[in-house]
Amino acid sequence: MRLHAARLYRTVAAGTFRRYSTYRAATIAGVFTNTVFGFIMAYTYLALWNVRPHLGGYTASDALTYVFIGQSLFAVVAVFGGGATDDMIGRIRSGDISVDLYRPVDLQTWWLATDLGRAAFQFLARGIPPTVVGALAFHLSLPSDPLVWLAFLLSAFLGLLVSFSVRYLVALSGFWLIDTSGTQAAAGILGMFFSGQLLPLNIFPGALKQIAMLLPWAGMQQLPIDVLLRTTASLGGLGGVLALQVTWAAVLLALGRLVTATAVRKVVFQGG
Amino acid sequence: MAFIELEGVEKTFTVRRKRGRFTRTKDEVRAVEGLTFGVERGEMVGYIGPNGAGKSTTVKMLTGILTPSAGRLRVAGVDPQKERVRLAQRIGVVFGQRTTLWWDLPLRDSFTLVRRIYRIPQDRFEENLGRCVDQLELGPLLDTPVRQLSLGQRMRGDITAALLHDPEVLYLDEPTIGLDILSKATVRRFLAEVNARGTTVLLTTHDLQDIEQLCRRVMVIDHGRVVYDGGLEGLQGSDGAERTLVVDLAGPSPAIDVDGARVVRREGDGERQWLAFPAGRSAAPLVAAVAERYPLVDLSVREPDIEDVIARLYRGVPAQAT
Ligand SMILES: Nc1ncnc2c1ncn2[C@@H]1O[C@H](COP(=O)(O)OP(=O)(O)O)[C@@H](O)[C@H]1O
Ligand SMILES: [Mg+2]
Repeated sequence: MRLHAARLYRTVAAGTFRRYSTYRAATIAGVFTNTVFGFIMAYTYLALWNVRPHLGGYTASDALTYVFIGQSLFAVVAVFGGGATDDMIGRIRSGDISVDLYRPVDLQTWWLATDLGRAAFQFLARGIPPTVVGALAFHLSLPSDPLVWLAFLLSAFLGLLVSFSVRYLVALSGFWLIDTSGTQAAAGILGMFFSGQLLPLNIFPGALKQIAMLLPWAGMQQLPIDVLLRTTASLGGLGGVLALQVTWAAVLLALGRLVTATAVRKVVFQGG
Repeated sequence: MAFIELEGVEKTFTVRRKRGRFTRTKDEVRAVEGLTFGVERGEMVGYIGPNGAGKSTTVKMLTGILTPSAGRLRVAGVDPQKERVRLAQRIGVVFGQRTTLWWDLPLRDSFTLVRRIYRIPQDRFEENLGRCVDQLELGPLLDTPVRQLSLGQRMRGDITAALLHDPEVLYLDEPTIGLDILSKATVRRFLAEVNARGTTVLLTTHDLQDIEQLCRRVMVIDHGRVVYDGGLEGLQGSDGAERTLVVDLAGPSPAIDVDGARVVRREGDGERQWLAFPAGRSAAPLVAAVAERYPLVDLSVREPDIEDVIARLYRGVPAQAT
C-alpha cells in the first residue's frame, strides 16, 4: 500500500518537475528578474545599513546575504502564489476538480507532490543563480560549514511545506467563493510582509517583531535565512526554529485535510 | 440483479441567485427525477438527450462523485458514493469536455501516471497500452505534448487512459463532441471492440450516429426523465425519425411528387424544397427519382437530430398526466 502510494506521488512530482522544465522562457525571465531585483534591493539595504549599522543585529554583509538568499527562495517557496496551487485554483473554478475526484488518489497529497516537483525544479533553475551572482558581486556572509547549509535546506524545505499549506487553504476557498482573487491578494500581501520579503522581520519594533517571528510566514523566508546566518539565538537556536516550522506545517496540513474533507462533501452532495 | 441499477434516482441542485443588491434567492434545479433502469453486464447502452437533460449528472452519480438526492443506485452491487475509491479500480470514465491528461507533457507520461494511480502490473499495462495505441492510432503521438494534440487525438488519449486498468464498465460522457469525422469513426470502431471484449459501456451523447453505429439499446432522457428505453428501431420506425433531403432546382417548381418522401417545406416558389423520408432508408433512390423528373441543381441530406427524435417520441406516446 505505502510503497505504491509513494511511487504514485513520486511520479506526480517527477512529472511536474519535467513540466516546469519545459517553460524555458518563463524560467529565464524569472532568473533575470530575481537577480536584478536582488541588486536593486542590495543597494537599498546598503544605504540603510550605512545609516544604521547593525540594524536588526545584521552586519551589512548579513543584510546583503539576506537579500540574495531571499531572491533565491522567492520562486521556490512561492510565498506570493505562483506555485502548483495556482493550477488547482483553475481546476476548482472550471469544475474539473470535481471530476478529478473519481480517481483513487488523495487530493491534498496529490497537490503537495505537484508543488514539491515544481519547487525541486525551481530550486535548481531559479534558486541557485541569484545567490551565485550575488556572491560574485558582493561579499556575502555565507557559511563554510556544510552542516549549516544542510540545516538551511531543511529549514527552507519546512518553509516550503508551510507555504504550500497556506496556498492550499487559499485554493480550497474556491469551493465556497466564486472568485478567489481577493483571498489570493490578501494572502499575498500578508505573505510579503510577514515572511520578511520586504524587510527582515528582526528590524521591526519590539512586539511586532516578536509576534511576526512566531507566525507561519516567518518560516518561509526569515527563519531559513537566520539558520544560514546563525542568528537564531532569540528563537531558541536551530532546534527552536525547526520545531516552530514543523508545528506550523503539521497544524496547517491537518487543517487543510479537514477543509478538504468538507469541500469534497460539499461537491459530492451539492455538485460544486 | 443488474450490473448497474437505478431505482427512483433523483438529483436536485440548489442554485443561489443574486436578485438585486442584497437579496439572494434559492432556486431548485431538478437535474434528474425518478430515474429507474438497469444495465446488464456486457451491454452497450446509448444514453442520449438534448443539452441539460441530465446525462452528465447521471454519469457523475454512477462514478460516485455526486450523491443522489433520493433513490437507490448500485454499480456491481456497491453504492458508488460510499465506496468511491474502491469502485474506482473497476470503472473507467471519460468526460468529453474535460481532460485528465498532463497538459504540457508527452502523452506517454500521462499513461505512466495512470499506471501508478491504478497500480497496474507492468505486463498488463504494456499489453493494454499496446492494444489501445494500435487501434486508436496513437503510436506517432506518444511523445507529443498533450497541448499540441487536436481534440480528436486528445480524446483518443483520454479514452486510452480510462481503459488501461481493465475496468469492468466504461462511462463515456460525450466522447465524440466536437470531433472530426475521421476521429469519430476511429473512436466508434474502438468502442465496439472494447464492448466486444466484455466491457459494459454506457455511452452518453447527443449525436444520434454514435448510437446508430454502436448501440442496440438506447435510452432517451429529457428533462431528467427516461422518455424512451428500447431498441434503435423503435426510434426510427414508421413513427420514428426522418431524414431530410434539401434540393435546389433550376427554377420555380410545384411541390415535388416522388414515392417514399413528402415535401415538408418550400421556399422561393419551389426553387428550394425540403423532403422528409424515413431515417432507415437510403437517400440514393430518392435522389435518382428527383433528378430524373426535376431540374436538380444541388442537394444535401440532413440527419435527424436529437430534438427531432424527442419531439416525435412525445407525439407518439399518450400525454402523461402531471
Ligand atoms: N452543479 C450544478 N449546480 C446546479 N445545477 C446543475 C449542476 N450540474 C448540472 N446542473 C443542471 O442540471 C441540469 C442537467 O445537467 P447535465 O446533467 O449537465 O445535463 P446534460 O449532461 O444532459 O447536458 C441542467 O439544467 C444543469 O444546468
Ligand atoms: Mg453533459
